[in-house]
Amino acid sequence: MAVRKLAPEEIQPKSFAFSPENEVFADQQIAKYPPGRQASAVIPLLWRAQEQAGGWLPQKAIEAVAAKLDMPDIRVMEVATFYTMFNLEPVGKYFIQFCGTTPCQLRGAGDIKKVLERRIGEQNHVSADGNFSWLEVECLGACCNAPMVQINDDYYEDLTTENFEKLLDDLAAGRPVKKGPQNGRRASEPQDAIKTLTDPSLYDGSMIGTWRKRFEEEAVKTAEPAGQDKKS
Amino acid sequence: MAKIIVDGVEVDVPPEYTLLQAAEAAGAEIPRFCFHERLSIAGNCRMCLVEVKGAPKPVASCAWGVRDCRPGPNGEPPEVSTKSATVKKAREGVMEFLLINHPLDCPICDQGGQCDLQDQAMAYGVDTSRYHENKRAVPDKDLGPLVKTSMNRCIHCTRCIRFTTEVAGVSDLGAIWRGEDMEITSYLEKALGSELQSNVADLCPVGALTHKPEAFHYRPWELSKTDSVDVTDAVGSAIRVDSRGREVMRILPRVNEAVNEEWITDKARHIVDGLRLQRLDRPFVRENGRLRPASWQEAFGVIANRVKGADPKRIGAIAGDLAAVEEMYALKALMQSLGVKNIDARQDGTVLSPAYGRASYLFNSTIPGIEDADAILIVGSNPRIEGSLVNVRIRKRWRFAPMPIGVIGEKADLTYDYDYLGAGPETLAEILAGRHSFAEKLKGAKHPLIIVGQGALSRPDGLAVLSLAAQVAKEVGAVKDGWNGFSILHTAASRVGALDLGFVPGEGGLTARQMAAGGVDVLFNLGADEIDVAPGTFVIYQGTHGDRGAHRADVILPGATYTEKSGTYVNTEGRVQMGGRAAFPPGEAREDWAILRALSDGLGHRLPFDSLSALRQKLYAEHPHLGAVDVVSAADAASAVQVLAGLGGTPGREGFTSPVMDFYLTNPIARASGVMAECSALARGLRLEAAE
Repeated sequence: MAVRKLAPEEIQPKSFAFSPENEVFADQQIAKYPPGRQASAVIPLLWRAQEQAGGWLPQKAIEAVAAKLDMPDIRVMEVATFYTMFNLEPVGKYFIQFCGTTPCQLRGAGDIKKVLERRIGEQNHVSADGNFSWLEVECLGACCNAPMVQINDDYYEDLTTENFEKLLDDLAAGRPVKKGPQNGRRASEPQDAIKTLTDPSLYDGSMIGTWRKRFEEEAVKTAEPAGQDKKS
Repeated sequence: MAKIIVDGVEVDVPPEYTLLQAAEAAGAEIPRFCFHERLSIAGNCRMCLVEVKGAPKPVASCAWGVRDCRPGPNGEPPEVSTKSATVKKAREGVMEFLLINHPLDCPICDQGGQCDLQDQAMAYGVDTSRYHENKRAVPDKDLGPLVKTSMNRCIHCTRCIRFTTEVAGVSDLGAIWRGEDMEITSYLEKALGSELQSNVADLCPVGALTHKPEAFHYRPWELSKTDSVDVTDAVGSAIRVDSRGREVMRILPRVNEAVNEEWITDKARHIVDGLRLQRLDRPFVRENGRLRPASWQEAFGVIANRVKGADPKRIGAIAGDLAAVEEMYALKALMQSLGVKNIDARQDGTVLSPAYGRASYLFNSTIPGIEDADAILIVGSNPRIEGSLVNVRIRKRWRFAPMPIGVIGEKADLTYDYDYLGAGPETLAEILAGRHSFAEKLKGAKHPLIIVGQGALSRPDGLAVLSLAAQVAKEVGAVKDGWNGFSILHTAASRVGALDLGFVPGEGGLTARQMAAGGVDVLFNLGADEIDVAPGTFVIYQGTHGDRGAHRADVILPGATYTEKSGTYVNTEGRVQMGGRAAFPPGEAREDWAILRALSDGLGHRLPFDSLSALRQKLYAEHPHLGAVDVVSAADAASAVQVLAGLGGTPGREGFTSPVMDFYLTNPIARASGVMAECSALARGLRLEAAE
């Protein structure tokens, strides 16, 4: 897990207050729980606070959530520091979570990482224009479309160095980009021809019950030598 | 009851017991770090693993209920083994993981010799490490002047978090980050804001939290241990005084379920440095306006000269808040032999008096009785600072099922929710008249408890307020068969003992305040530092510290603090407790009863006892209940409430204020203590911050 720490004091905003829409959202979340259990709404509130503050949670936002939920500050702090989805330091406008786990590695995540390092710099650092920052994370569960990254709320999959560079260029220039697979796939269907589960007998009903037959045969086979032993 | 077999021994235990408790009932010892009897169950250290027959893997016995165990196939009781090879191996595995990140700094660790991890590593540890990577390093936290941190040593049992949140009622501590990076800290490393915070260092099973004032001062095996009683408030917490040679090194809580469970306040614990500082170690006599050291004979001579020429009506004696029963008894006997009726132990001016019956000044419900109360009215008291462990009990009761609690007086953070009813006696009158909604709650309760504090009683209209409170108690049925819900919370350790002795003005005698205001020419002051004596009075101060009383004195007789004498104290409930002597008084200072005995000789009225046991014999003959140590002798609450209710009177209108202005500086020992001064300054800062 990446090393996380609170943002230094000089970049912490001096104050934080929920926007009117988020106040409404917070009240809706709190209303989901019985009276006195309002603390259960802490994660949705922190999440909205993070969105409102530009992708990270300043100290004042943590305190604002604590005050809203009538919780001690330290209890909200515990939650905010426990979950890695809460960023405690500023992130870029496009916050890239790069998957570095085995399937992506096998499919060329190393090259994607080099692109990130070359174009943005070190992990956890916002680029000079404020557009990008990136972080290596563990498996994001899109291994069928490896390698992949998550940028803000969306997955961008089937990356190559070329289409990834183009994606970053487009984002930087503010051009519209396609979410999901970048190589023309619609989802995680086979890329060219279907290579598995091609046997037609799988689909005509003839295979039904064959597992039982196989078990019965195996049972007979194992029973026979045992029976012979007894006789002799 | 449920049957369970532990290591082949069948025991019958309540089904709600955990396996750990059941094992202890069967005599098996279970190692643990996170589990603590008085805190909620966390189940995160895994040291208490046991094997349950039928369970696929070892289970944490602290978090597994007896009722959750499955019986055998033929209905046999469930079987648990705590000593099997699997269990030993499992615990060894846990220990190995705990030790991976634990530094090997036992030789410089203050917990060394009193460390759970050290002890249990003897049983479950191995002699070599298989871990070759770097150990984790955690920055130390600054938690204020009392708790020292060494966070590398932390094993994340979370006892400190659970204590502050559950018992102390302040959510100061928490665990931030996760997994290997988990750290115990306060929010942004603020100092802890509880008057009970030092208990976390006792709870810490390793050396992560230790006592800052005592850091590197002693090793636990060097200390001799003396059981004693705390005198910094009137709760009478059980303490153990640990001393090395002549010096008291530390004070620890002792378990006393009836009083303090196993907690003590920071003031009770860290007053230790005050026992050495500012001490009066020889007699002094004032000459030409300046105090000069003198011999005992000289001092006695000066006193004898003054007393012989004085009219007994112009002689008086005041006993202070820390005096033990023995010396008050001796002082009273001495004053009686001189024909003096001006004696008083109520320097704060409280109106309580033995004249209204013993139950009129006791915490009649007793402290454990608070747990039976189902509605509480607190009048003129801030129990959090006046009797912190009484407050802990109220909070404990409130935590198992919140009951109505009403407060009349100051609006303070008491660590539980309460209805703020009003500031002064009028609100009490409204409740009596049934005009206040809280009256219904009190009347509807089966066991209503009314706690009256000194803030309501130590004022000119105190008697009227006391009577009003007694009328309310009568009205709501707080005193009936099997329940005495009329309770007085005292702030001075000596007070109930003094009232039991009758250390109050005799017929026509003057009260402490009248004496101090110039009602007497010769005033014998037994450690009363919280009262200003008018100029012109000849003051004989017998005490321990160069505090307010000594500054005003004309003759100083150096006495012994509570750790330096064997003394009896009666707490606010009327529980008689005895403290032992842990050290000797410094220099020429002597035990107080002995000073009075010697002085009586000098005055020509020799007291009839030559030893402490002779004194106690006479004391017990006169006051038999004082001989029953650790017992609360029943007092007739019904008639006391009747008498008080009959007094009547019209109380004033101003609001009640707590007599304890600064929790950390209530007595001369605390005022001499540097640690208490630091705590007081910090608490003042926190209060200012809270007020902003």
